[in-house]
Amino acid sequence: MFSGEQIASLFTDVGVTHVITVPDSTIGRWEPAIRASSRLRLVRVCREGEAWQVAAGLHLGGATPIVMIQCTGLFESGDALRNVIHDWKIPVFSIIGYRSYLDQAKLPGDTCLVFTEPILDAWKIDYRLITSPAELDVIRDHFTDCRSTKRAGAALIGE
Amino acid sequence: MSDSAAMSARMPLVPVLETLRRVRRDDEIVIPTMGSAREWMKLGPPHARDFILVPSAMGHGTSIGLALARPDLRVIVCSGDGSLLMNLGSLASIVAATVPNLVVLVFDNGVYEVTGQQPTAGAGEARTSGRPADLAAIARACGFESVHRFADASDWGARAREVLDAGGPTFVSLEVEAVAGGVAPNSPGPAPARAEQFMAALRR
Repeated sequence: MFSGEQIASLFTDVGVTHVITVPDSTIGRWEPAIRASSRLRLVRVCREGEAWQVAAGLHLGGATPIVMIQCTGLFESGDALRNVIHDWKIPVFSIIGYRSYLDQAKLPGDTCLVFTEPILDAWKIDYRLITSPAELDVIRDHFTDCRSTKRAGAALIGE
Repeated sequence: MSDSAAMSARMPLVPVLETLRRVRRDDEIVIPTMGSAREWMKLGPPHARDFILVPSAMGHGTSIGLALARPDLRVIVCSGDGSLLMNLGSLASIVAATVPNLVVLVFDNGVYEVTGQQPTAGAGEARTSGRPADLAAIARACGFESVHRFADASDWGARAREVLDAGGPTFVSLEVEAVAGGVAPNSPGPAPARAEQFMAALRR
């Protein structure tokens, strides 16, 4: 969908300082470009719940983090994001890979299609579904809007 | 790794925290969680750079982020063995993040104290062998080079500052007694307002 260079450029344009990630086969390919950027720091964590807390600490310390995980990791990390986004009201933005949204041949019947969007709704995360390479600016605009209004948000990237 | 005493001995929690309050420098961030937060709040008024992590999903992650964002400040997180066992991967994340300003204090009492003192899966009592999980050894295996273990309050009192000042990330296992009747701490106030106050304190 997007190249790593496009994503790294987008992140630096909007002021992201740290990218906290557990990779999947799509967003993981962006890593080399993110690592190559002198203005971004890639932070590897061991599971997705940890990513929200690391992002919270970065925000408290004055940085501008973004969480980059797959939807399966979103499922795993519900309590952590609830704590960060809703208890503490820390406006973390996330990039979430939406497994099987575009390619349903690889994992026929993948229930990620059933649960991902309802779970984002349940956690009251304002997200934009990204399904084509022409929508890079949708991510940019949503990030910028969420940041200016101090709200959490997400870009759900069809995979 | 320093290992100041036999693992079977345990220190009372409060004197261990009193030592931390005594040696803590004004610019240092302290993040108490769970039982340590409850007792920390009883010991006196909060410092502007205390971040009482209540309610909390996990303390280690927040401390990693703070240490990354503010490499000029030492970040001291007060965790429990139960919390650490839920997030063992955070030890690898800390080493990978290269945060020499982070100190992880683990108050190891072998139980989930605030839920009624049920043994953790790492406690000797929960295991056929009777041998507890060696959290300090796990930290060392994850790549921590500054690893310490204390089971004597006077020894901790004498060496705490030296340990905090060591090049980190630093892992300290503090073998403490569970507090009888210890319950989950009350939040000292609405979380969002406290986050804003803490951020303001870091900007000063």
